[in-house]
Amino acid sequence: MEQPRPGAPAAQLPEGAVSLLDREGSLQRDERFARYLPYLDTLIEDRMRQMYRWMVTERRLDREATSLQRQGQLALWVPAIGQEGAQAGALAALHQDDWIFPTYREHLMALARGVTPRQLLLLFRGAAHAGWDAEQHRVQPYTLVLAAQTLHATGYAWGIARDQAGWDQDRRAQDGQITLACYGDGASSEGDVHESMVFAASYDLPVVFFCQNNHWAISVPSSTQTRVPLARRAAGYGFEGVTVDGNDPLAVYAVTAWAAEQARTGAGPVLVEADTYRVGAHTTADDPTKYRTAEEEQAFAALDPLTRFETHLRATGVLDDAFAAEVHDEAEQLAAQTREAVLGMTPETIGTLDDVFAHTYAEPHPLIEEEQAWHHQWQAGFADLESAPEVAGGESTVPVDGPEGAPA
Amino acid sequence: MEIFTLPDVGEGLTEAEITEWKVAVGDTVAVNDVLCEIETAKSLVELPSPYAGTVRELMVPVGETVEVGTPIIGIATDGEAGAGESGPGDEAGSSEPAAPTEPPTTPGTSGDQVASVSGQVSGQMSEAEQDAGSTSQPGQPVQTQAALVGSGPKADPVKRRPRTNRPAPAAQPPHASATSTASEPAPTPAPARDAAPAPAPAREAASQTPASTHEEGTAEPSALTPPSSPNPPAAPTPPQAPVGRGRKLPAAVGNAVQDVAGLWSKVLAKPPVRRIAKELGVDLTQVRATGQHGEITRTDVENYLAERDTYIEQSGGFWMPDSGDNEHRTERIKVKGVRRATAAAVAQSYREAPHVSIFVDVDASRTMEFVQRLKKNPDFEGVKVTPLLILAKAVIWAAARNPHVNATWTDEEILVKHYMNLGIAAATPRGLLVPNIKNANELSLRELAVELTALTKRARDGKTQPREMADGTISITNIGALGIDIGTPIINPGEVAIVAFGTIKQKPWVVSGEVIPRWITTLGGSFDHRVVDGDLSARFMADVAAIMEEPALLLE
Repeated sequence: MEQPRPGAPAAQLPEGAVSLLDREGSLQRDERFARYLPYLDTLIEDRMRQMYRWMVTERRLDREATSLQRQGQLALWVPAIGQEGAQAGALAALHQDDWIFPTYREHLMALARGVTPRQLLLLFRGAAHAGWDAEQHRVQPYTLVLAAQTLHATGYAWGIARDQAGWDQDRRAQDGQITLACYGDGASSEGDVHESMVFAASYDLPVVFFCQNNHWAISVPSSTQTRVPLARRAAGYGFEGVTVDGNDPLAVYAVTAWAAEQARTGAGPVLVEADTYRVGAHTTADDPTKYRTAEEEQAFAALDPLTRFETHLRATGVLDDAFAAEVHDEAEQLAAQTREAVLGMTPETIGTLDDVFAHTYAEPHPLIEEEQAWHHQWQAGFADLESAPEVAGGESTVPVDGPEGAPA
Repeated sequence: MEIFTLPDVGEGLTEAEITEWKVAVGDTVAVNDVLCEIETAKSLVELPSPYAGTVRELMVPVGETVEVGTPIIGIATDGEAGAGESGPGDEAGSSEPAAPTEPPTTPGTSGDQVASVSGQVSGQMSEAEQDAGSTSQPGQPVQTQAALVGSGPKADPVKRRPRTNRPAPAAQPPHASATSTASEPAPTPAPARDAAPAPAPAREAASQTPASTHEEGTAEPSALTPPSSPNPPAAPTPPQAPVGRGRKLPAAVGNAVQDVAGLWSKVLAKPPVRRIAKELGVDLTQVRATGQHGEITRTDVENYLAERDTYIEQSGGFWMPDSGDNEHRTERIKVKGVRRATAAAVAQSYREAPHVSIFVDVDASRTMEFVQRLKKNPDFEGVKVTPLLILAKAVIWAAARNPHVNATWTDEEILVKHYMNLGIAAATPRGLLVPNIKNANELSLRELAVELTALTKRARDGKTQPREMADGTISITNIGALGIDIGTPIINPGEVAIVAFGTIKQKPWVVSGEVIPRWITTLGGSFDHRVVDGDLSARFMADVAAIMEEPALLLE
């Protein structure tokens, strides 16, 4: 068993990190961050309420999904609690047609872009490779191969750059697209991130690298991944990197909006490191008490982005009890819908694994066809299916294709 | 009553220990209320209730490790709360979690199948506990297992679902079968090659008759004339050329891709398809594309091969009928490897070295007799003796008397080699190679015979190493093996002389005014005039001829 090790993260921002809301939720227009303040002024109240709604509903869905996993309804869940502020701030700073290349934890971004709970959770039920149409939501499928999405985002940005070659500044600012390459502190150690940044810098690509440093790469603290704030690595590639308080949705918004404009108008990539905290486990298969202390968790819990944001919104009159109650009702409804959707993922409604084979390649592929045929054979070869056609709940293996229905 | 079975809360966990019940029988619970805490090999977690209702049964006592899928709690949902179930009802009075001594359920408590299964499990566990004084249980491996962090390797042996004994074709790994099916419709060009009546029979016939005296199988006509292609000409292009690539293009981007492809006149194909095409010797520019955006698919390559093979079959041999487009009847062979090297070498040599060629007819009857004698000599037992051996020895002997033929020309200097690395041109599966026998001048006749045999065998097996071909000083090409009288050889680059050995056959020859049959051969030689003038080349060839006429001179 691993013991909590020295070098565990402290609930203190690195020097120079952009922070606008203090811990008590009051806005400090620090002149050191003058570059970002104009962007903050473009954030209208409706948008702030929307960010609040995203954060509350995501957190509620997150809890429901954790429960559903504990009840045997999902193979896995990846909690994002604690990172809602970072995700809401970044998302609000994007244009509607900017592309998001997520890890497997950007639930808020996916939901806010219109992905339904059912679509989101099909993956975690093991019933789909990706439950949604990437093009429709401009959210790529979750990428479980650590850091691979940063390459995809960079490659896509290359395509955008070529499409937009010859555009003038105005047109770029108006209609230009960017990609948001999401990754975490753990993924920052992968070669993919390095390659992405080299390439993005070489061609001035319109990509914003958005690192949510939640301080724990499963059980490895961020202090082991890096000696300096991750944002500083950007300097080595020749572009700007900014560390921002990831538990401050307004600061994340302002910095990301600035970064997005840089990328959008042809100034090349920018790295935004949102310094946040993973309040829960890495996944439902992880037990964080084995590698970090309760004191540390409490210290970070005090930084909760939702509490801080709500305090600010209430203090500035953007949010009142009625709106908060409405959003919480909405969150409860969403949780209920989520449960219903997951319990409704029966073999009849989620289809077979054939869908997965069908969408691996755009066209028929002989190897995939072989594998599919092999899978059918395998699927038909279970003794319990032969003797007792009714499958009892709670098999010891988690079939990826036909999760058990509701318990008998 | 709803039964909640132990879920897999990790990834592939098979069991867990109930460490604490947070509810008691009779409690009312809502969905997601915490029921109990369990410990797996990976973590300590709380299980939330999937049901709202009243707790009726706690089916596993605290401290017990049970398998995933084991029923752990029964909850009467609100709708059925009033419906009296006698079994659970009896226990409803107990506010304590099921005690080890009191099996929470027995097979009799419920008629429903799941409950009876749980009863058996719990019952067995309880007995075990009683026997062991509730300390050690056979089914409690958690204590001996190191707990894992994160989503590391699985801690538990995976339990498999039982399978039928049906020997399903599933036993065959998908990849293997995929490969085999892929190759079936797409045979390699090898059979096609065999199908073609290449010049092979002619070669055999030739080597059986007059050239029988030339037993060196590596007879090499190609220093003279390039050998027929290593890939015999049996792979003509298909009957149909690629008509405009691609079918329907779904999007503007498709058009763009096609336009770009057209501009570069490049082929669109994924790397695996390119690899297959390369392996099968298919020129992708000749393949009709049916894939998205005008891309060539694997099926296209297979179809192309099938079509080509069909066409070759129909044409019934090497010649192909006139289809109106000779492009279809023209085979294109990529110049590469040995072919490319040979081409470059002979072109360079022919361009740079002014060749002087001279020929001499020789009565090699004594050489033939000498060869026969050596074959019978016990010292040469097991060693292959051929006229080429005598010629090699003759070249070494003659070069010592005319050393400038064993040399290299540079623009500033003539490098005369006081050693001989004797090159032997060889037709090999890879094409023309000229490996050389290092320090041939130091070898006895027997040693030379052994080296010659080994060199030709390695060449024939395609095992000639690059260093064997480096640093040659003079070469021999044995064109007589195919029954050819003589030709004009091209000097191996870096050398200044090459000797061509024509066929040996009986011819009428005038000896002392009488015409009698003798074993006659013709020797040819090409020399780099920058180094070797006519006089020297004549002396050298005369010396070689002298040995062939009278091998006994070697004793000199």
